[in-house]
Amino acid sequence: MKTGARTLIEALQRDGVDTIFGYPGGSVLPIYDELYDSSIRHILVRHEQAAAHAADGYARASGRVGVCLATSGPGACNLVTGIATAYMDSVPIVAFTGQVPTGMLGNDAFQESDITGITMPVTKHNYLVKDADDLDRVVQEAFYIARTGRPGPVLIDLPKDVTNGPAKGGGASPGKVTLRGYQPTYEGHVRQIDRALDLIVESERPLIYAGGGVVHSGASAELLRFAEATAIPVTTTLMGLGAVPGDHPLCLGMLGMHGTQTANYAVTGCDLLIAIGARFDDRVTGKIETFAPNAAVIHIDIDPAEIGKNKFVDVPIVGDVKAVLQTLLQRMQRRGDTADWVARINAWKAQYPLHYQTDDRLRPQYIIEELSRLLDGEGVIASEVGQNQMWTALYYCFKKPRTWITSGGLGTMGYGFPAAIGAHFARPDLPVVDIAGDGSFQMNIQELGTVAHYRIPVKVVILNNMYLGMVRQWQELFYDRRYSYTELPPVEFVRIAEAYGVEGITVDEKDDVREALETALATDGPFVLDFRIEREENVFPMVPAGAAINEMIGVHRE
Amino acid sequence: MKPHTLSVLVENRAGVLSRVAGMFSRRGFNIESLAVGTCEEPDMSRITIVVNGDDTVVEQVMKQTNKLIDVIKVSDLTERESVERELALIKVAAEPGTSRAEILQIADIFRAQVVDVGTKTLVLQVAGDTEKIDALEKLLRQYGIKELVRTGKIAILRGSKTVKSSK
Ligand SMILES: Cc1ncc(C[n+]2csc(CCOP(=O)(O)OP(=O)(O)O)c2C)c(N)n1
Ligand SMILES: [Mg+2]
Repeated sequence: MKTGARTLIEALQRDGVDTIFGYPGGSVLPIYDELYDSSIRHILVRHEQAAAHAADGYARASGRVGVCLATSGPGACNLVTGIATAYMDSVPIVAFTGQVPTGMLGNDAFQESDITGITMPVTKHNYLVKDADDLDRVVQEAFYIARTGRPGPVLIDLPKDVTNGPAKGGGASPGKVTLRGYQPTYEGHVRQIDRALDLIVESERPLIYAGGGVVHSGASAELLRFAEATAIPVTTTLMGLGAVPGDHPLCLGMLGMHGTQTANYAVTGCDLLIAIGARFDDRVTGKIETFAPNAAVIHIDIDPAEIGKNKFVDVPIVGDVKAVLQTLLQRMQRRGDTADWVARINAWKAQYPLHYQTDDRLRPQYIIEELSRLLDGEGVIASEVGQNQMWTALYYCFKKPRTWITSGGLGTMGYGFPAAIGAHFARPDLPVVDIAGDGSFQMNIQELGTVAHYRIPVKVVILNNMYLGMVRQWQELFYDRRYSYTELPPVEFVRIAEAYGVEGITVDEKDDVREALETALATDGPFVLDFRIEREENVFPMVPAGAAINEMIGVHRE
Repeated sequence: MKPHTLSVLVENRAGVLSRVAGMFSRRGFNIESLAVGTCEEPDMSRITIVVNGDDTVVEQVMKQTNKLIDVIKVSDLTERESVERELALIKVAAEPGTSRAEILQIADIFRAQVVDVGTKTLVLQVAGDTEKIDALEKLLRQYGIKELVRTGKIAILRGSKTVKSSK
């Protein structure tokens, strides 16, 4: 008899799954029994949240669907933050959860939780499989839904009798997936594309605002060709970093709350904004009424619901970013003249570079810059959330897509370390570094156990300010320096690492930064670097909440 | 801000209603009424939703509803030629005597049917558009409405046009 668990494993193999991040328990015993001698690699994390983040990091770094697995009840609930994180950033993962047997559903049985109900708002779709013969089809649908259209997490809840009992399927594919309620639009509307091209030619100060959709769509090459062909400068969102090389002459860096001065001035000054795979998030727009106030807007996105959601759009183009950019390039006949505009932008760049105090203190920006010089774009960088994340976004030069793994939409502290673990399995050829805050690292610090166990060569760079730094920064600036519950007592991170069997170094001096980074990168296994940075360093530029994005503080005067 | 009537064709599956309703409440869309039932296709259901909002809100509502995998088609019937109906059952206090006669007269004008007669109450059944039922309810209030049950609006296009799956 072929069990549901067996069918499941075969379906996963058919979908090309090579790695699962998971944690066992009673209701998934049949699945674990199949995994015991399966060719699929299972990575035992130390907390289910980390399994979801690792699947997410795997997906972001590879472009393939990440997979995680947890038991019912507490295991499933522990996945929720990770699933919500993936949902907010449109990351394709499939999460499997065990469930009590179908006969006990709804009875408050031991370790029952209504995980499909709980995750309904944070999944693209989810399933409770009540009939084992549906299992094969459901798995196939789930992977299809997760990776197509606007990607996102899908959860499959598996009652124990379904995985334990007989099930048809597995082996050959049950056939092409057709879902009459789900048919994403991939090709942009040609008339809209031509209208967009007219606007582009006519505009004097066009600007591309590129988001995570460019990365998801695998459209970096097309975006670069388009920007170069039209000579239109590009600013990217936090999620879009790496979509164009950070050192490209047309690249203005990130826009928004902690955007560069040049990017934010360019948005405010442009007469045409071309939003590509971006969603006008409030952290990007600041006060929405004053965002790109003089610009006509072209919006290219695969999700029609994003168009016109936050900002009026003159030319909507629903479609896959890559396909639309290809069509734009094909149909482009004339190009506008952006020379004056580009010159103005270059003047801003020269006048308003990022800056921090360059003394002999150990400052986080310097650490990131050193790391950036060392890796020269040849690495995957994950981050936690807070100042560490923004410093990385500003000071690390991302040169390629899928080399930047960060929780943008949900802003999940504790994301970076497990996501970096996932990224390693996606890109074992590249060094993987998690830039961490001391607060965030302690949210999933138990994963030191995982990296030690499998000798996963993830390097953790802790920017240790003994503060919940980003919150402290707000308290400093807007709450009269009343540091309410944001100071963290010192922690000996290296000793914790060592207790898990992971090497580490504490660094107090600026002069030791480079050597420490080199040592970590040269080590085969995992490594923890505890940098004791200037405690009250702030992230600038900064747009205060509710302000227009050209009203930045901590910047060069105009 | 005016009420829009949306006809939503969905997969006839467990949990679909909670997906739709959950999405509405999560995104702060205001449901005025909601009616679900089977339809001409055995494996689909039709939900009629009346939602309040300006045009941009309703556009978002439709797009977000459409994004649900189990939703097959969403149509806004508001600006289109359609027939809209609601059904109400109204239990009204009616002591034998003049008020009872008056109530029966009102029922007659509204083409409401008496579906139950008690010693102290009458149950009226009325079908019509929302305004008609509101009007009847208002008139009956003076006699004392003991209980009121409304189905929520359902709607259908006039003529040969249909709201069918093509998505
Ligand atoms: C799970 C979670 N809880 C709370 C927050 C709110 N928050 C945002 S940044 C931050 C401080 C992060 O501190 P740390 O990790 O030390 O980073 P730093 O800002 O000091 O670099 C907090 C508490 C969050 N983003 N995520
Ligand atoms: Mg900190």
